[in-house]
Amino acid sequence: MSGSGWIFSLNTDATSGAAKRGKSFAHVAEASWGKGLSTLLRIVRMTLRHPWQVAITIVSTFVAATLQLFIPRLLGHAIDQAQGVMTAGGGAAAEQALWTTALTLLVVSILRGLFTMAQNYYGEAVGHRTGYELRLAFYEKIQRLSFSFHDRVHTGDLITLGLLDLDGVRMFFSTGILRVVLLGVLIGVGSYLLISTDIELGLLSLSFVPFVAWRSSVTQLRLRSTWLTLQERLSVLSRVMDENLGGIRVVRAFAAQQHELEKFDRAKLSALELADQRVDIRVSNTSAMNFSFLAAMGLVLWFGGQKVIAGEISVGTLAQFLTFMTILQMPVRQLGLMVNSFARASTCGTRLFELLDAELDIEDAPGAKDLVVSEGVLRFDNVGFRYAGAGGRPALLGISFEARSGETVGVVGPPGSGKSTIAHLIPRFYDVTSGAITIDGQDIRAVTLQSLRKAVGVVQQDAFLFTTSIENNIAYGNPWARETRIGQAAEYAQLHNYIIGLPAGYTTVVGERGASLSGGQRQRLTIARTLMLRPSVLVFDDSTAAVDAGTEQRIRTAMKRFAKDRVTLIISHRLSSLMHADQILFIENGRIAERGTHQELLALGGRYRALYDLQLRPEDDLPVAVGAA
Amino acid sequence: MSTQNDDEKEDTSGRPTKAVVGSHRDEEEVFGKAYDPRIISRIWSFVKPYQGRIFISVTAVLVFTLTQLAIPLVIRYAIDHGMAAGRPDRSVMNWAIGAFALIILINYAASYVQESVVGKVAENVLSDLRRAMFSHLQRVSLSFMDKTEVGRLMSRLQGDVNSMQEFLETSVMSVGDIVLLFGIVTVLLWLDFRLGLLTLSTMPALFIVRLFWLPRAKVAFMAAHETNSIANGALAEGIHGVRTVQSLERQHVNFDLYDEKVLANLKTHLTSAKYAQVMVPIVDTLTGIAMATVIVVGGSMVLSHSLDIGVMVAFLFYIQRFFDPIRSLTMQYSVMQRAMASGQRISEVLDVPVDVSDRRGAVKLTRDMDGSVEFRNVTFGYRQNQPVLKNVSFRVNPSETVALVGPTGSGKSSCMALVHRFYDVWSGEVRVGGHDVRDVTQDSLGDQVAMVLQEPFLFSGTVLENIRYHKTGATREEVMRAAQAVGAHDFIEHLPDGYDTELEQRGGNLSLGQRQLISFARALVADAKILVLDEATASIDSYTEMLIQKALVTLLEGRTGLVIAHRLATIRGADRIIVLQNGEIVESGNHEQLMAAKGLYARLYNMNYASFDDMSEEDTGAPAGKAT
Repeated sequence: MSGSGWIFSLNTDATSGAAKRGKSFAHVAEASWGKGLSTLLRIVRMTLRHPWQVAITIVSTFVAATLQLFIPRLLGHAIDQAQGVMTAGGGAAAEQALWTTALTLLVVSILRGLFTMAQNYYGEAVGHRTGYELRLAFYEKIQRLSFSFHDRVHTGDLITLGLLDLDGVRMFFSTGILRVVLLGVLIGVGSYLLISTDIELGLLSLSFVPFVAWRSSVTQLRLRSTWLTLQERLSVLSRVMDENLGGIRVVRAFAAQQHELEKFDRAKLSALELADQRVDIRVSNTSAMNFSFLAAMGLVLWFGGQKVIAGEISVGTLAQFLTFMTILQMPVRQLGLMVNSFARASTCGTRLFELLDAELDIEDAPGAKDLVVSEGVLRFDNVGFRYAGAGGRPALLGISFEARSGETVGVVGPPGSGKSTIAHLIPRFYDVTSGAITIDGQDIRAVTLQSLRKAVGVVQQDAFLFTTSIENNIAYGNPWARETRIGQAAEYAQLHNYIIGLPAGYTTVVGERGASLSGGQRQRLTIARTLMLRPSVLVFDDSTAAVDAGTEQRIRTAMKRFAKDRVTLIISHRLSSLMHADQILFIENGRIAERGTHQELLALGGRYRALYDLQLRPEDDLPVAVGAA
Repeated sequence: MSTQNDDEKEDTSGRPTKAVVGSHRDEEEVFGKAYDPRIISRIWSFVKPYQGRIFISVTAVLVFTLTQLAIPLVIRYAIDHGMAAGRPDRSVMNWAIGAFALIILINYAASYVQESVVGKVAENVLSDLRRAMFSHLQRVSLSFMDKTEVGRLMSRLQGDVNSMQEFLETSVMSVGDIVLLFGIVTVLLWLDFRLGLLTLSTMPALFIVRLFWLPRAKVAFMAAHETNSIANGALAEGIHGVRTVQSLERQHVNFDLYDEKVLANLKTHLTSAKYAQVMVPIVDTLTGIAMATVIVVGGSMVLSHSLDIGVMVAFLFYIQRFFDPIRSLTMQYSVMQRAMASGQRISEVLDVPVDVSDRRGAVKLTRDMDGSVEFRNVTFGYRQNQPVLKNVSFRVNPSETVALVGPTGSGKSSCMALVHRFYDVWSGEVRVGGHDVRDVTQDSLGDQVAMVLQEPFLFSGTVLENIRYHKTGATREEVMRAAQAVGAHDFIEHLPDGYDTELEQRGGNLSLGQRQLISFARALVADAKILVLDEATASIDSYTEMLIQKALVTLLEGRTGLVIAHRLATIRGADRIIVLQNGEIVESGNHEQLMAAKGLYARLYNMNYASFDDMSEEDTGAPAGKAT
């Protein structure tokens, strides 16, 4: 190995990312009471943005619940009328009274149905509208939060937040608030009616309410906490399956099917045990609730029967109490769901609002103007940068260089030296922590993000392809583009010939679920996509690693034609990609260790020279050869 | 082509024609036939082990339903015989209350047994079903796995299995609903035939309404479901691709497109809410009509003493329960259709044939075999009449390293797969240690042939667990020795928790080079006699590359090596080089011999590429082939 003593720092950007993720997005387990309460108030305020619908819903709930309370009364009356108890005038008058009661009951039923419909429909509508607003707010925020936020927070957590947590907030109105109103009217007014009719029998009929309400709330809260654990266990199970199927070749290569089945069984068993446990919790609760209700009914029948015999009340009144109980039963059992809805809305809401309120660390400065590119001079002025939470170690320190339109700067260095960080600073994916970057004298922090990012094109290392046609992918940054431009960009990126060879040509669907492209093809697609922006500063962030040298050479030739209009920055560990640059920076430990042209650096005989020897003349310098042992 | 003439301003005011967010989706049938005997029998085969418990729960459902039917009758009895005006009978009251108490105790027990047994059986069947599919997938041919996306299989293993669970639970409940429905009809007619008939006449009305309502409502519900998954897909895409979105400044376009999708979802949800809620006043009206009928007709009968007052009370109680079974039974129809569609997809997975399995009397390949690998006239392909390897013969002697070289699509990867018997050859034979691979057990073959794949796949878990993957008995010292031997020890020690660092999904927190080194260590711990290795194509930085080259030497020491080589350094170091093109061996020999022959190898070499990969067709003169 050649002379210079490099430290083989394998602490790549990828691993330092792990350290960054260590301080993960705080998933608040359970919100504290005060916080939970303010979250709930905020959700209430959100729903009040639809005042009319909220008003209609609440009024409908009142009316529907009140009408429902009339039904047992009417039935009781009918029974008494049928016995001729209430009517003095004999047969015809009694029949007349029955008709009146029957028609009233029919009208009450119909009205109750209509108001219940209005209550449910508008209740859901308010929830869905709130959900719609939240979804848009969430999406917008996600799209604007900076790279450092996305480094820190797991994509899976964000998706959970945007789907499950958002649902918890959305449903709060119909499953939480409305149930309070409904239960309030039914239990409040219902108890008044029962107790005012007959205090003993009334209290007896209501005797099941506290027990069922308590059981149902406790059970729902227990089910909720086991549900969260179950989801975790199920996600372990699905990870086992997902990894197994994704890595099936490794599994087969190691003949590890048995091992994998054991892993699966362990995960399966732990999920199954909990699922069974949940069945026990749920079932023992429903049957106990059911029993207590029926037992109360039996007591009412017993004492009520005595009272009927004693002539204190009529059969109709007894029937009225019994039907009241059947009406109260359902809502009381659902009290637990209401409690659950409160718990869920407060934890989910706290998490969701925390994200929606998160400060944007990178945004337009007040009064920012659009970037105006005239000469096209990119300047790094003593730039320093450290990743948040990276333990104080600076990723870049004292980086200064300048390049103007038509020039190419090459950046090279060992892994983890900070060379990729340079690429991320120019479009403000991260902000410099010291020094400044200017384009034509304008500090990039003083111009609008939109104009900056339109002017700076970065071809990223691991580019994300969207699941849509090749054409749409290339035109991603400029979806209004003409087809001729798309073809041209693909030609520059040496991809056109391959694309037209595909059966569906430019309309072939690629991406996660589309046709698979090789690593080199993906990178070339990314290059074409960035070229569509016609950037004034074009940065290749190690983005030709999977492209073979010959193709890369052709791409370079094709692009030379219009390189005169832009600054090109090539970051690579492959010297052949950047040795033609006007200026080459060798980065080590975040500092520029050597700089100059290829010839100058070779002549210098330092680190660059050593790397050159290692890469381009392997036959002489490679210390070992396979099989030589 | 000049840069100027495409510089005309594009009209960016209108709707971007080439912009979509998350709209590419795989369509799958949600509803199948309501009844498909083949699928039912398939499902039954999974339920059968639990038939005893199913029997118990069905019995419990019946008992439960009967107690529910009995309660209004007891009330009726108490009213008419216990507290009748003028001639109350306290002993009858006591009997009635006693009966009531007994009934609710039975009801309690039955409801507990029914729900808990059904719930657990459903969980178990679901779990068994999933395991059967998973373990079947461990054995099906790799060509099936190559063709099928992991996402699609996962949705079978999860979504489809879950909808079977729903089906199982509701099926048992449906038995109860049917009994309840017929029970109410019977009791009403028995109590008073004329009044019963009159009251029941509202029932068909609900049936007819439901028949009209259901197909339309289903469309509305489906639309809501559909737009929901579209919107969720768009959100997931926005989250995964956020860095690209920001660097290409697509936020505004995407926001508008997302707004459209979420708005569409809102609208379909509102429509489906309308459909769901419109049933409420209909059911309430019908209930009202039935009650009014009982009051007017029944009341007059009571007045004329042709009906007991208790019967009228019982009627009113039954009417309140009247429409529930009809509602859930009509819903059950959709549940069945959904279950059939899912069952169909589950069956498809379970029916995928297992192509490669141990032959009867297959022997174990033991460590004392010589470690040679030999291809004898092997012809093989993935699709009929399209052989990827054509009559290929070569031999790798014990402890020799052979490099396979050739352009993409030449058949290198297929050779590698055949040594491990991922597939069976069409003709000829592949011999390992002197045995045809079809004559030895797959497990023992796996023990003797270690494989390092191009894309190093790591599992979640710690670094330690990954290195001793499958060889769970390996000690920490053995693992560390292996890591040291391949030069991975240093960077592992620098990880936050060293060997106990949890890897993220697919080793996301490591660089490609690091993952490669770990997969080398994993192969070393497996300690097989033969190593089959596919070099990574993506270029790795020169520093890691050096470590890898060193590690290779360690790894191949004393082993037979078959290496699909992409790097010149590896190729030159091999004892022998075999050049493949279009499934045939075109040249073979060592570097010097091949250079002297001035054939394909010399041509490729002289192009001065660092790697033989991703070469364009004109370089090799070969037509573009399918990747193997």
